[in-house]
Amino acid sequence: MTATTHEIVIEAQGLKRRFGAVEAVRDISLTIMRGEIFGLVGADGAGKTTIMRLLAGVLRPDAGAIRVAGVDVVAEPKRVRSELSYMPQRFGLYEDLTVAENIFFYSELFSVSPRERRARTGQLLEAAGLAPFQRRLAGQLSGGMKQKLGLVCALIHTPRVLLLDEPTTGVDPVSRRDFWAILYNLRESGVTILLSTAYMDEAERCSRVALLQAGQIRSCDTPSRLKQAMPGALLDVVADDPGAANQALKDAPGVLGLLLMGDRVHVRVDDAGRRSPELRARLAERAIAHTEITTIEPGIEDVFVALLEPDGAA
Amino acid sequence: MFERLQVMLMKEFLELRRDRWAMFRLIVPLIIQVIIYGYAATFTVNHVATAVLDLDQSQASRSLISHFVATGRFHLVDVADRQEQITHDINTGRATLAIVIHAGFAQDLNNGRSAPLQVLVDGTNSNTALIALGYVSQIVGQFQAEEMSGVPQARAGATAPAVTASLQERPWFNPGLTDRWFFIPGVIATLTLVQVVNLTSFAVVREREMGTLEQIMVSPIKPVEFILGKTLPFFLIGFADVALVTAVGVLWFQVPFVGNPLIMLLGTSLFLLAALGLGLLLSTFSRTQQQAFALNFFLVNPLFILSGFAFPIAAMPRVLQWLTLVNPLRYFLVVIRAVFLKGVGLDVLWPPLAAMTLLGVGMLTISVLRFRKSLD
Repeated sequence: MTATTHEIVIEAQGLKRRFGAVEAVRDISLTIMRGEIFGLVGADGAGKTTIMRLLAGVLRPDAGAIRVAGVDVVAEPKRVRSELSYMPQRFGLYEDLTVAENIFFYSELFSVSPRERRARTGQLLEAAGLAPFQRRLAGQLSGGMKQKLGLVCALIHTPRVLLLDEPTTGVDPVSRRDFWAILYNLRESGVTILLSTAYMDEAERCSRVALLQAGQIRSCDTPSRLKQAMPGALLDVVADDPGAANQALKDAPGVLGLLLMGDRVHVRVDDAGRRSPELRARLAERAIAHTEITTIEPGIEDVFVALLEPDGAA
Repeated sequence: MFERLQVMLMKEFLELRRDRWAMFRLIVPLIIQVIIYGYAATFTVNHVATAVLDLDQSQASRSLISHFVATGRFHLVDVADRQEQITHDINTGRATLAIVIHAGFAQDLNNGRSAPLQVLVDGTNSNTALIALGYVSQIVGQFQAEEMSGVPQARAGATAPAVTASLQERPWFNPGLTDRWFFIPGVIATLTLVQVVNLTSFAVVREREMGTLEQIMVSPIKPVEFILGKTLPFFLIGFADVALVTAVGVLWFQVPFVGNPLIMLLGTSLFLLAALGLGLLLSTFSRTQQQAFALNFFLVNPLFILSGFAFPIAAMPRVLQWLTLVNPLRYFLVVIRAVFLKGVGLDVLWPPLAAMTLLGVGMLTISVLRFRKSLD
């Protein structure tokens, strides 16, 4: 089965939701196809969780329409529940119950047949690397294991749509890899996945990404096209003292933005060919040693930062 | 219809079984409290520390003092010879009560004149003081009657013999006026209410805190199934509480149980309905277990005081009397005391039973509505 088809699974139009004086979501529209892994990327408070909750039918929008798996979520929030699985940032597990008992509980809530449960439990536990811990109490699992158990519980009823709110925050790299392996598998079987993340490397793994800021989508496309669309070009400056380099290049002509990254600085400029020698000269002038300037492909993070800068948005 | 209720219940009991201290927490405090109430909660006043100042030193005055001591209600701690000593005894708390017999007491009696007797009492504890004074007038009355009968007819002969009305006291339902009989049924009701309201509110708030509530609510489960799953176990625990404390009261403290056990069963069910409703209602007002704890703490005392457990409702200001109308404990106390001691039937007890039903259904409805809203 091919992953992406042209069947629209999640469709939201003109979503608005405010909490008191805070406009958490303002005018969001999304269309997600079957088999996509769609990423929501944004800073804390950008509205990621609110969007998830709106789509899951646990929160009512102030305005706008939502259809998930053919169900009008605003009109019939309960009917969508057997079609989707929503995993909040912290999945609610019963800490006094074992891994197997938690899975059993959630499978019964979704009326999974015993045969299907046995088959899926084994398969999912294996994929999550939790098979040896079935009899351990959920409260005694590590953070990453808890998160994977949450995913297993969320997937026990074969949802058509999976909503994951920052599923890998605080999860160790090995568990994250397991996690993504499971997600890719699900996509193969036609499950549509919407996830929010603060990790840029995860955003790159998505089929499409929406960059959120202050409750609005600033940009939405495939990771590669997002990067191409970034205004300007990116220069990678390696320096002994990246802080000093950052300082020195801040107000150089043609510099649109800077991003300090470990031992280097990503400098976004209007024209790489013209600015590269200029910047080199500027650094030499200020006696900042061992500098090496190369033109590089931007990552999602660069795009994201570029979008958030006022001049970059133009 | 309720296919998901079964798994909710299974989960609840599994969690309860995993909690190694659950049985301890549920049973031991209950037993300890009923035993403390059974032995310590009494209005009876005994061994009142008493000081005596006998300025008459006659046979009559000594006879009066021995009347006091003989009852066992009063314990002689000081025989004073000056008024200051008496004042000192009361001030320091050495004596609660002081009897002052003035010089000429016997002479007045013999001459058929009224012989004044002074009694000083420490009124700090108004209840004890009042009861002790009651005993004093009883004893003095008795003393007077005996003295009168000993007085030669000749002296009283001048006037017609005094006609006295004699009071025959016969308390119904509790002939010995045993405080314990009154307290133990009340304790059953009070402890059960506190236990069930606590357990229910905490259990629901805990699911909210753990994030499992939101998780359950995005599943196809109905709010009714969730609420039933959360409350049925506590309904059973409440019944076990009532049975346990009743057993201790009847078997250990020998409180009679003369009524119909079926009415007790019905009353307990309706009371538990109201208790569960109250617990759920509290849980809808609490986001964390601390908040639930604070609410419980805040409510326990008013519920207790405004129930008629120890303080008569009729003596309360009107506004507080109205408040007692929404207190399920008030109604169950009427029912449980009636069933234990009076043995009356539904023809008498239907109003409190109906009131508990109304309260229970009302609070459960409000909680379910609030519950639905909080999930929107």
